Amino acid sequence: MPESLFYFIQQLLNGLTVGSTYALIAIGYTMVYGIIGMINFAHGEVYMIGSYIAFTAIAALALFGIEFLPLLIIGAFIVSMIVTSAYGYSIERVAYRPLRGGNRLIPLISAIGMSIFLQNLVRLAQGSRDIAMPTLITGGVSIGPEDAFNANLSYMQMIIFAVTLITMTLLTLFITRSRMGRACRACAEDLKMTNLLGINTNGIIALTFVIGAALAAVAGVLLGMYYGVINPYIGFMAGLKAFTAAVLGGIGSIPGAVLGGLLLGVTEAMTAGYFSSEYKDVVAFSLLILVLLFRPSGILGRPEVEKV
Amino acid sequence: MTSTTPLLEVSGLTMRFGGLLAVDGVALNVFPQQIVSMIGPNGAGKTTVFNCLTGFYKPSDGKIIFRGEEIQGLPGFKVARKGMIRTFQHVRLFKEMTVLENLLIAQHQSMNTNMLAGLFKTPSYRRSEKEAMDRAAYWLERVDLKEFANRKANTLAYGQQRRLEIARCMVTQPSLLMLDEPAAGLNPRETEDLKVLIAELRQNHDLTILLIEHDMKLVMSISDHIVVINQGCPLAQGTPEQVRQNPDVIKAYLGET
Repeated sequence: MPESLFYFIQQLLNGLTVGSTYALIAIGYTMVYGIIGMINFAHGEVYMIGSYIAFTAIAALALFGIEFLPLLIIGAFIVSMIVTSAYGYSIERVAYRPLRGGNRLIPLISAIGMSIFLQNLVRLAQGSRDIAMPTLITGGVSIGPEDAFNANLSYMQMIIFAVTLITMTLLTLFITRSRMGRACRACAEDLKMTNLLGINTNGIIALTFVIGAALAAVAGVLLGMYYGVINPYIGFMAGLKAFTAAVLGGIGSIPGAVLGGLLLGVTEAMTAGYFSSEYKDVVAFSLLILVLLFRPSGILGRPEVEKV
Repeated sequence: MTSTTPLLEVSGLTMRFGGLLAVDGVALNVFPQQIVSMIGPNGAGKTTVFNCLTGFYKPSDGKIIFRGEEIQGLPGFKVARKGMIRTFQHVRLFKEMTVLENLLIAQHQSMNTNMLAGLFKTPSYRRSEKEAMDRAAYWLERVDLKEFANRKANTLAYGQQRRLEIARCMVTQPSLLMLDEPAAGLNPRETEDLKVLIAELRQNHDLTILLIEHDMKLVMSISDHIVVINQGCPLAQGTPEQVRQNPDVIKAYLGET
């Protein structure tokens, strides 16, 4: 087989890796938007905090002498998901819930404020310099010929795929099968009616924030280990990308967020691989503009029906 | 048929939107198992009264006593859990969900929603699941929608959607059912069915009904008591006969000078 094919496969794998983490973050945007029609601009920061908590957890576990690799990684996931969920819950409780029912712009401004606050909180507490995440997983498998260019799938990438797949499956089961998931869907369709049927909708909204934050924490742990470097500013770009993914796929739709994330990741990787990595953001956001021009509701979004 | 303590006691209910006084001092008593209708010209504030009662709005002033408890200003879900449930003028089903899911959602509050219980399917979880399914099946049968249980709600015909809304209210086992223009958009036959259904609900399910309706034939034939509201103020109340002959009511409706 020609080298160019393996080169293509390599870009595809890289794109899908990053794309699946975009998808994890994008779900937080899309679920919150689906229920309360608000863009939680602090969500990127939640992801960043997830990375920092994971770093702290790994460091702490290592300090206690735990060196068994799976234990370290699972510990990082659990601690990061719990603490980050608490952040997600608190953000909603403090910055958004008191403002609900008013003008839609007000919580949006509050979200931007929350984003700046969290970024600076981490900057002051942890310093603004890059922190190196310990490289826990090395190696991988090669696809293709030994002597020429071959595609390489690292074990870390495999973990990213596996964890994303498991998380998405659990989320789908939760949304479609469980009672709380059913209540989430009801809230997304008609929040006020759901409330009048005796369901504590504030509780459901809080749950949505908690789920979104937990998924962002998963992405935070994965990307932190994948890139090996974290700093207080990684949330901004990741948040923007995930938001783009959510809009691309159709905001409010969970499968849309996944599709948007993967599409965005692959587009970026292809641009970087075949054109220039300097231009990957330009192409990614141009894609967003194009989709919005021709399909404003996103790929899987339902077209907005004007209510009369 | 009526007992001495009202199920719902409203006094001095007032709702202000900025400078606009939408509801001004409305008072009404609803006794158990009564059918009470609220009538009045368009824009009189009937729906606003409903919104205040069900916790959709926070009333500016006034007292709402439901089953002996003051409920004004409570959030909607708490009012609903006390047994007051309503429909809206327009159909507000969960359109993307199946007919059955619409009925299960309404029973969410009374079900065991513990996720661990759901994961391990504990006996209490299964029991509550079965109860909810049984109740849903019963009401689907009652409103003649059994064969549509797994259809999406938005694929039903308009009259069927209206009936599903009533079923969705009934699975919450309310003591007061509030219907906002339930006959709007129904044909005469469907209106007649609705009338029969409402009378049956009162008879067989120990239900009290508060109604907003423009169809005077329906209102006059079904109500025990009628409250007339005009421009946010209570205008008259009494039996259908009394209201029919009240000169103020005639004036407000026919615009006589």
